[in-house]
Amino acid sequence: MCTNIKLAWRNIWRNRRRTLITVASIFFGVLLSAYMTSMQEGSYSKMVDIVVKFYSGYMQVHHEDYWENKSINNSFDYDQALIDKLKSHPEVDFVIPRLESFGLASAEELTRGAAIFGIVPDVENQLTGIAAKIISGKYLQPTDDGVVIGDGLARFLKLQIKDTLVIITQGYHGVSSAGKFPVRGIIKHVSPELNKSIIYMELKTCQYFLGADNKLTSLVVNVDDNDVMTSTLKKLKKEIQSPYSVMSWEEMQPEIVQQIESDRAGGIIMKAILYIVIAFGILGTIMMMIAERRREFGVMISIGMQKKKLAAVLFIETLLIGLLGIASGIAVSLPLLFFQAQNPIPLTGETAKLMEDFGFEPYMFFSTAPEVFWQQAISIFIISVLIGIYPIISTLKIKAIKALHG
Amino acid sequence: MNVIEVNALEKIYNDSEVKVFALNGVDMTIEEGEFTAIVGPSGSGKTTFLNMLGGLDQPTSGQISIGGTDISKLSSSQLIDFRLRNIGFVFQAYNLIPVLTAKENVEFIMHLQNRPKEERENRTMSLLKAVGLEGRENSRPNKLSGGQQQRVAVARALASKPKFVLADEPTANLDSKSTENLLEIMEELNIKENITFVFSTHDQRVVNKARRVITLEDGKIISDVRKDILPQ
Repeated sequence: MCTNIKLAWRNIWRNRRRTLITVASIFFGVLLSAYMTSMQEGSYSKMVDIVVKFYSGYMQVHHEDYWENKSINNSFDYDQALIDKLKSHPEVDFVIPRLESFGLASAEELTRGAAIFGIVPDVENQLTGIAAKIISGKYLQPTDDGVVIGDGLARFLKLQIKDTLVIITQGYHGVSSAGKFPVRGIIKHVSPELNKSIIYMELKTCQYFLGADNKLTSLVVNVDDNDVMTSTLKKLKKEIQSPYSVMSWEEMQPEIVQQIESDRAGGIIMKAILYIVIAFGILGTIMMMIAERRREFGVMISIGMQKKKLAAVLFIETLLIGLLGIASGIAVSLPLLFFQAQNPIPLTGETAKLMEDFGFEPYMFFSTAPEVFWQQAISIFIISVLIGIYPIISTLKIKAIKALHG
Repeated sequence: MNVIEVNALEKIYNDSEVKVFALNGVDMTIEEGEFTAIVGPSGSGKTTFLNMLGGLDQPTSGQISIGGTDISKLSSSQLIDFRLRNIGFVFQAYNLIPVLTAKENVEFIMHLQNRPKEERENRTMSLLKAVGLEGRENSRPNKLSGGQQQRVAVARALASKPKFVLADEPTANLDSKSTENLLEIMEELNIKENITFVFSTHDQRVVNKARRVITLEDGKIISDVRKDILPQ
């Protein structure tokens, strides 16, 4: 085996320039593909971050009927035992209680539909970091009777700090709720939709306003990342039974998952085209190598080298070319993408505005997840193995006498 | 003892409507230690005959027995293994493996035979010494002259301790000095180590050195002359 590898290694350098060009084509393929994957995955994880960190969290516990009919009537009682049960899982970082409803927000003669979030200010801030997004005024305090509203809503209703916001809605079991709330703060929410409609209110104040004492519509269960979520979700789904249900952000936001999947599929097609081009490049090199050395193969078989041994040498040559391309591609893309992940590319002009309108930070984000690199390595390796079949078949078909005489 | 026995050997090419007899009923034997030249004009069947003896081509009919083994009955894979253990080849164009050094080229055959490292190294060095290439063992073929390359090819052919060495016009690409040198080496190996050599050649210098000369014409042996006197 050692001799085969030595022979294969020396053979690939017989035509140094051709090998370098082939390796370079794989190198650029790996680099481009890793860069593209990193950019895609970076933007997806940012998208997920926004969904998870500014709204839903990784998982939520609801009343089992709530997701089908998001009515305050499908709320459940605050239950410390349930919260403790959720927290008993070491993967769970924190549990956030919420009471969510809809209502009409008014000021003077202006009215707009609004999403009302009853929150525990300190706990909520752990997940969403909304205190840092206050652009005017201050964040809610415990037992606060005021509200923090989205910048878009404030502008629409022409409200400023200390102005009064009127909310009218239907509370728990049809009770009419109407109240006046001083505006404590205005936030710039990353989601444009929520920015135009969000109203944060202290949980107790919200429960009192909606006539829903001790009621919650959701418990946000947060974990470290998506991988942890998958395993924790399985456990929680088994453990948390009727009248509750546990849902992941993917179940709550299927349109985001679909968007990511379809974009990912587009990326796969692009990468497939790139890899097909690379594959033909490698195949061309291997075919040339075989054509040039046919006589030599005839000699080797004549002097007693079994065809399968010769085929093994050629197979190793193909793999070595592939591996050199992979190694060089990964060696360069690894530091480059780690640098880019630390220093995302800022976007400017219309693109930046468009991104901001969609609730994204105007940056091109990069991921350094292991799959960004190993996917490229595995793809090229598989391509090399498949191309390596060609010299095997060619070698097994060689007739020594014909090869010897050209 | 007969190393090679050929009986009623025929090779017919029938690519066109007319059958061409490349070999037409050849019978002969070659004994151990012979130094034989096969001569004849172009198209006489020399190369075809050598290919048959080397197990590189299949006869249309007839039998070739090497060391008692009828090679026409061996499968392709068995033939390769048989060649590895029984036949040494020297080609007109040297045909060394260009990426291996002189030493590695000689050792390569023994690698294929799975010989132990120590044996490989000792035999390689003694063979390279025998062909006068001591000190050039680490040179690649492109750094050696034609004559030197052919001497490496001879050492390679002998590395497997074959029953005989087949040399297809081994001096065709060499100048007169290299030819003389190579012939002396092969003759010495033949006499001292009793190695059997079979050449196909056009070269009168090879014919002069040979102790047996078989002449082929139109696929038939037309003369088979033995010179009884061994060189001094």
